[in-house]
Amino acid sequence: MQQQKDIMIRVRNVKKKYKIGQIGGGTLRGDLQSWWARKCGKEDPNTLIGTDQRLVGTTFMALNGVSFEVYKGEAVGIIGSNGAGKSTLLKLLTHVTAPTEGDIDLYGRVASMLEVGTGFHPEMTGRENVYLNGAILGMTRAEIDAKMSEIIEFSEVGDFIDTPVKRYSSGMYVKLAFSVAAHLDSEIMIMDEVLAVGDMKFQKKCLGKMRQAARRDGKTVLYVSHNMATIRDLCDRCIVLDQGKIIFDGDVDTGIALYLAAKAQSGNFLDYSDYKRESWCQCDDLRIRNVRFGAESIEALERSEPVRLEMTVDARKSTDSIGLRFEVRDEVGAPLATSCLYGLRMNAGENHLNVEYDLSMLSPAQYNTYFTLFAIGEGGGHSDEDCVPGPRFGMVDTYSDKQIEWNARHWGFIQLPDAKLLPEQE
Amino acid sequence: MEQMQKQYHVHYSPAKGWARVDFHELWRYKDLIWLFVKRDFTVMYKQTVLGPAWVLINPILSAAMYTVMFGVIAGLSTDGVPQTLFYLAGSALWGFFAACINKISATFTSNSAIFSKVYFPRLAMPISTMLSALINFLLQFAMFFIMLLYYVAKGEVQPNWAMVPLTVLLLVQVGLLGLGCGIIVSSLTTRYRDLMVVVTFGVQLWMYGTPVVYPLSMVSGMSRVLYAAMLFNPMTAPMESFRYIFFGSGQVDLLMWVISILWTFALLAVGLSLFSKVEKTFVDTV
Repeated sequence: MQQQKDIMIRVRNVKKKYKIGQIGGGTLRGDLQSWWARKCGKEDPNTLIGTDQRLVGTTFMALNGVSFEVYKGEAVGIIGSNGAGKSTLLKLLTHVTAPTEGDIDLYGRVASMLEVGTGFHPEMTGRENVYLNGAILGMTRAEIDAKMSEIIEFSEVGDFIDTPVKRYSSGMYVKLAFSVAAHLDSEIMIMDEVLAVGDMKFQKKCLGKMRQAARRDGKTVLYVSHNMATIRDLCDRCIVLDQGKIIFDGDVDTGIALYLAAKAQSGNFLDYSDYKRESWCQCDDLRIRNVRFGAESIEALERSEPVRLEMTVDARKSTDSIGLRFEVRDEVGAPLATSCLYGLRMNAGENHLNVEYDLSMLSPAQYNTYFTLFAIGEGGGHSDEDCVPGPRFGMVDTYSDKQIEWNARHWGFIQLPDAKLLPEQE
Repeated sequence: MEQMQKQYHVHYSPAKGWARVDFHELWRYKDLIWLFVKRDFTVMYKQTVLGPAWVLINPILSAAMYTVMFGVIAGLSTDGVPQTLFYLAGSALWGFFAACINKISATFTSNSAIFSKVYFPRLAMPISTMLSALINFLLQFAMFFIMLLYYVAKGEVQPNWAMVPLTVLLLVQVGLLGLGCGIIVSSLTTRYRDLMVVVTFGVQLWMYGTPVVYPLSMVSGMSRVLYAAMLFNPMTAPMESFRYIFFGSGQVDLLMWVISILWTFALLAVGLSLFSKVEKTFVDTV
């Protein structure tokens, strides 16, 4: 009767306060000194010299009065820029730390996935680690026994299950770790970007598993991510946090739009005037001063749209034959693709370049980038003149419908043009 | 659904006042405690040449050292008990107690990575540490017992066989005392890191203040003040009782045990409430 409105999570006016700066002296001597100084009305000897006295003991509200309710079967995405309070909220919900004020009620067992593989020990075998990790997450031995074969199968680890995990590839490691977490018997799943594990194919599998948990098994999912594509894909409700407060709670598309709009002002402009270069490009004949993107936000770029940007370069002297290389790298920095521009001429002083890139071959995912300016020598050899990290951006496809099963026909980072069927030879 | 909601309802609110320990919850995590113990064992001796033999080599080496230093050079009395046996018993039992304090005191600092990512009753960690120390001790005890049988056969010692089962209670007492001290220190180290250094040194000092390398009879023959101080030390009673049980030597009286048990309860109670208070928010300060 009231089946769809079963409350699972109730958060009432939760606040979390952190102290800014030094927390205590860290030593008994320091604490005693501070206490003595306070008692005698003297200046605290442990205060950093030159700091404003009023700031000592100043607090920072990571969460400032957050209230919401989550019902059974809902998949709620929590988004917000860095420092908005997302991680703090998750820590409170998973009981890792206690709120400063307010009440939290959870009606069900919680599977917390703030990190995959918590407690994994490199010296122990995969199987031993599954037991340990499962127990840390709250399973009993009998429950783990019952799920063991399912966990091993899902993790794709296979025969390596009895090998110490230090011999695993990092991919196998996270796959196994995720599998344990995904097989918890729980009514509430709380996740912090754990889907960013393993290869693309495994990520899709995980996402599918999560979606199934929410839609088919009626579990309640709380998911924090910077990856708008997965939020859009997994969640049916979205909470936007900003400076410790909820600024929006409602449908996903509106939430994402609101969040991206709030980020846009700083998100599309990168200033390198104070950026400290790597030691190998200390020659400062050419320096990228800043880059401004045409798009309002580069958090989520539509694949079908070309990417336009304006770059300002400072040159010490006029030079011909300058090239600009745009490097696309994956989340861990491995290069995936490059796009070059040749034959640029730089005049002494300020130069403006307007460039357009076609990135439609990149699959929906998160990418890191670099901009490199290089000089082409007489013999055709290249020498890099300046290199700065570009933006971190996400590519998205606009989905028209949200399907239950994962439906992508492509995986990997680069989507090659579709194949052509040749006419039959006579 | 109603049923389940009641069953799994949890409520989190700010940490205030002295906290209580949820023993029911701790019991639900008994498998975890056991797995931590198992992990300690699997990990400790991986990629070592002698492996688990180290559990036995350690007390043998310290017993040999004590025999040379205190037995031969200093010529301390052992109440007529063969020196090897006397020092082996002392170093094994004290080793159990010291391991409890030393290892438990690092609970928060060395596990902060796990603690800051997932919740489980934090007490599971110190309890499992205590249990691994206990298992180490039992292995050493087995070796000690074999050696004891040899000396019994030679007629050099006469254990009080009827009292041997009481050893179990004695070990529970030492374990709880170690746990109590350990969790007090671990709770304080979240704020004062330098306590870690003090503890290792302090435990060593405590050993010389306890009849480990010498019998209590030696002190009682020397001065009344020193003897009173010994009575006040909660480890005196278990140490002397252990010798009384297995060697038939040693001075034990009721007062000594009352003091020791009172200490144990007091330290454990303070430790538990301090620990439960710290565990709620320590993630924010470590």
